[in-house]
Amino acid sequence: MATIAKSAAEIARAVNARECSAREMIDATMARIEAVEPQVGAYLSVLERQARESADALDARIAAGERFPLAGVPLAVKDNLALEGTVTTCGSKMLERWVAPYTATAVRSMLAAGAIPVGKANMDEFAMGSSCENSALGVTRNPYDLQRVPGGSSGGSAASVAAHEATIALGSDTGGSIREPAAFCNLVGFKPTYGRISRYGLIAFASSLDQIGPLARSVEDAALAYDAMAGFDPMDATSLDRAVEPTAGTLREDLHGLRIGVVKQFDTHKLGADIDDVYDRALHDLEALGAEIVEVELPTADYGLATYYLIAPAECSSNLARFDGVRYGLRVEGADVAEMNERTRAAGFGPEVKRRILIGTYALSSGYYDAYYVRAQKARTLVARDFAKAFEKCDLIAAPATSSPAFRFKSKSDPYSMYLMDYYTIPMSLAGLPALSVPCGWVSPEEGGPPMPLGLQLTAPLFAERPLLAAAHAYERATMHAAKHETQLPEAAR
Amino acid sequence: MSSENLDIAYVAKLARIALTDDEVERFGAQLGDLLGHVATLADLDLDSIPATAQVVESRNVVREDCERPSLDRETVLNGAPQRQGAFVRVPRIIGQA
Amino acid sequence: MKYEAVIGIECHVELKTASKMFCGCANRFGAEPNTLVCPVCLGMPGSLPVPNAAAIEYMIRAGLAFKAAIPEYSKFDRKNYFYPDMPKNYQISQYDMPLTQGGVVRYWLDDGTIRECRLTRIHLEEDTGKSTHAGSGDGRIAGSSYSLVDFNRAGVPLMECVSEPDLRSAEEAVAFLEMLRRTLMAIGVSDVKMEEGSLRCDANVSIRPVGSETYGTKTEIKNMNSFRSVRRAIESEIARQSAMLDAGERIVQETLGWDEANGTTISMRSKELAHDYRYFPDPDLVPMEISEERVAGVRATMSPLPIERFERYTKEYGFNIKQTTQLIDAPEIAEFFDRTVEVSQHPQQTQNFVLGDLSRLANESGVAIHRSPVSPQHLGELVALVEAKTINSKIAKELLARMWAGEGSPKAIVEREGLAQTSDPAALARFVDEVLAANAASVEEYRAGKSNVFGFLVGAVMKTSRGKADPAAVNALLRERLGG
Repeated sequence: MATIAKSAAEIARAVNARECSAREMIDATMARIEAVEPQVGAYLSVLERQARESADALDARIAAGERFPLAGVPLAVKDNLALEGTVTTCGSKMLERWVAPYTATAVRSMLAAGAIPVGKANMDEFAMGSSCENSALGVTRNPYDLQRVPGGSSGGSAASVAAHEATIALGSDTGGSIREPAAFCNLVGFKPTYGRISRYGLIAFASSLDQIGPLARSVEDAALAYDAMAGFDPMDATSLDRAVEPTAGTLREDLHGLRIGVVKQFDTHKLGADIDDVYDRALHDLEALGAEIVEVELPTADYGLATYYLIAPAECSSNLARFDGVRYGLRVEGADVAEMNERTRAAGFGPEVKRRILIGTYALSSGYYDAYYVRAQKARTLVARDFAKAFEKCDLIAAPATSSPAFRFKSKSDPYSMYLMDYYTIPMSLAGLPALSVPCGWVSPEEGGPPMPLGLQLTAPLFAERPLLAAAHAYERATMHAAKHETQLPEAAR
Repeated sequence: MSSENLDIAYVAKLARIALTDDEVERFGAQLGDLLGHVATLADLDLDSIPATAQVVESRNVVREDCERPSLDRETVLNGAPQRQGAFVRVPRIIGQA
Repeated sequence: MKYEAVIGIECHVELKTASKMFCGCANRFGAEPNTLVCPVCLGMPGSLPVPNAAAIEYMIRAGLAFKAAIPEYSKFDRKNYFYPDMPKNYQISQYDMPLTQGGVVRYWLDDGTIRECRLTRIHLEEDTGKSTHAGSGDGRIAGSSYSLVDFNRAGVPLMECVSEPDLRSAEEAVAFLEMLRRTLMAIGVSDVKMEEGSLRCDANVSIRPVGSETYGTKTEIKNMNSFRSVRRAIESEIARQSAMLDAGERIVQETLGWDEANGTTISMRSKELAHDYRYFPDPDLVPMEISEERVAGVRATMSPLPIERFERYTKEYGFNIKQTTQLIDAPEIAEFFDRTVEVSQHPQQTQNFVLGDLSRLANESGVAIHRSPVSPQHLGELVALVEAKTINSKIAKELLARMWAGEGSPKAIVEREGLAQTSDPAALARFVDEVLAANAASVEEYRAGKSNVFGFLVGAVMKTSRGKADPAAVNALLRERLGG
């Protein structure tokens, strides 16, 4: 019997043991999608036919004796990851009908591990946003309160897993785009060290910051996905050519001997008493598990946002220049090529994408390059140095994932207030560090509605994914915050 | 650092995005705001600090000079907004690269 | 007024790697349009570039060939501008840290004079696709109503070589380009074919009164498709600028196109926007570190450069410019020649064989010299045999034909068949006496003053000796016998 509420590890075990077939898992997932998708809107496309075919093929291989670490696990794929033969839109009108002629390396790795893509998940257009509201192609709702955003930019990925429309989702994180929606949707969201997972096939937003990672309902599931995807890829010159140790089997139950740093500059008092309480309790829980809490400083923390909002737009202005109406995607005709380009880009990009392209173009333009772009790159050095220094005093850093729980639609009208959502996640991205968000409690929003989850962000030094996942696992097992409230959707079969 | 020199029309031309008058005004104001926020970077003493282009210090990642299969031409051309025979067709080009 | 031209050259050279610069598509000229393309070279969403190791090595070779500095640290940058045949609308190039810096091209003029032109830098980048302008009838951009794009060339490794303004005439500019071409060909990094576009060049031209130290306003000439058009375009531009200055007009800094048919430069439409390429380090690529050991390793694999050969051939060997150039411009033959000289120790005689009999055999058979059965070792032996007068030139000729047919070492043949020249006086005397006795009539004629009979008698002696007699010795002996 296929039960979609199970963990990835349980599903893989059952499918490998032929207690249930991958096909049954996919059929059950498709039924769930059909039931809840009208309310959630997690997917831009559902891969019903391909998923069933993949499941049948997988079942045949298992029958022939093969085994897969993620056998039959329903997978949501953020729609900025190329999957051959499927429409890959990046949440943009620009690519609304673009069929990818190749498959991203990370997706291939998941396929090779036995996971089965069931749909392409909605996202903020070109991964620019923190609420999924910047998608040009659909609205995604937070399963815990359908009046609220799922977070972003990997909002569809988060919503799909929270709604049990997938067991694991792939997202991408440039300044917090995995961690923030994971926190908003009561999930574990994990951004590994920059370069751990190949970016080949990930439609670039800001190349020096983009990193693929999993969203899952448990640390263990996230670790299984990470294990499947991490490693050097000859197709990505920035992927790390260093050994990757499997993490899934090394998760621990306590935190003895671990020093966890709390950042002096990240004062949670200003987030309000309820939220402050949740994070205070999280620190106590970590301590109770045996960790030693130490204070560390990130003096440049407040400059993270400014640094990020120069570097990311600068890179994006160049990365998105290829969308010009010539080789693929949207074209709006014009009298000459330049006019065609201008009209195509005017019609194909939404306002947030245009804003970032414009600011990035400006930051790189003649006369401003040193004042903006180079300054930001230097500030980036300071941010990375701050972390290096902090990690002399601690093994992991604990911080909020977001400054608030998921907010209601259209409540952040000014772009900068939306940018502030990434205040806690951006510094880690700038430094390329592995970081994750794990559920750490619930608050009842002032404006009413059901209780909403919060995420605790744990950050490790470069390449230290293993101790990071181990500690998050221990905390998750001890606290079990995720299980304390249900979504607004019908219960998934257990 | 200041935003007073932000010529949004020039930047939009460089970026090849046609803007309406309304957008020129709105984006101009929003980008001016953002530039105000990023101006805080001027507070940092960065003179002796090296720039970070990439956080991970890999070097010399290359591939061997081996030929690999190309894409099927029909797949490529059918994905293009306009094709003519074996070519991708574009409107007339004014000016050289 | 008398003017001096100041010319700098900027050229783009496609490297002849097997695959493209950042992807595995074949780097091949002349394929069906849009068949050598993949997600990477089409700039498809999500694709990433990975540099071709061979292209980087070729750059090191080029740097070494021109005595450029190879910095320890180098990186790729993005040059941002929109053009429909450039798939990403940025070109991966190198801005402030190119793979080679400085250097000098030492080239020779037709009279053998050696000149120098400094290089600013050589950097590595990717080529664009190709647009065909259509709808106007003549394939030109002006007046066309649409363009057709072929992306096969997009992403081909391209070396951009920028010279200092050290050239002073069209003749020097062409000689410089010829030197650049023969050097890049000799080090095996490019075919350097202007007609296939694997060498493309622009010239920056200004003039100034002779004796002046300051530069005049320069113009940039594009669209020159052959060395001949480079020469004509520069000459025409110098004449145009001179006429303008003489008429008291000012030169406008602009880009000009060379109109081959009309033999004039024409102003190209200036762009609406000034260039603002927004260079920044490409975040998809990591920096390159080139160690001294690596440079030394590349240096060790390089054969002699054309300029080195030129100086050796003309100065040490005393060859004339024409023969020297002929040898150098066929690098494989020059290589064959050099290796032969190592064995023969006689450059002039070796050159006679290589450019003479051996070239004739090659032409007749259609087999290149360096691919023929004649090895440098064997040809060297043959030359040495001739020089040591072990065999005479007639035998040498016959031997060469047999070597060409695959018979191997001439030394071995000579020993096996006893073909060594006879210089034994007794044997020679016997041959001479035999001939004199058998040709009494001719002897009489000679003595009566018909001196041309002498040659016939020498030939008869050679024939009697079956070619082994040393012709010089035969000459001497005959004269002696005939009484001078």
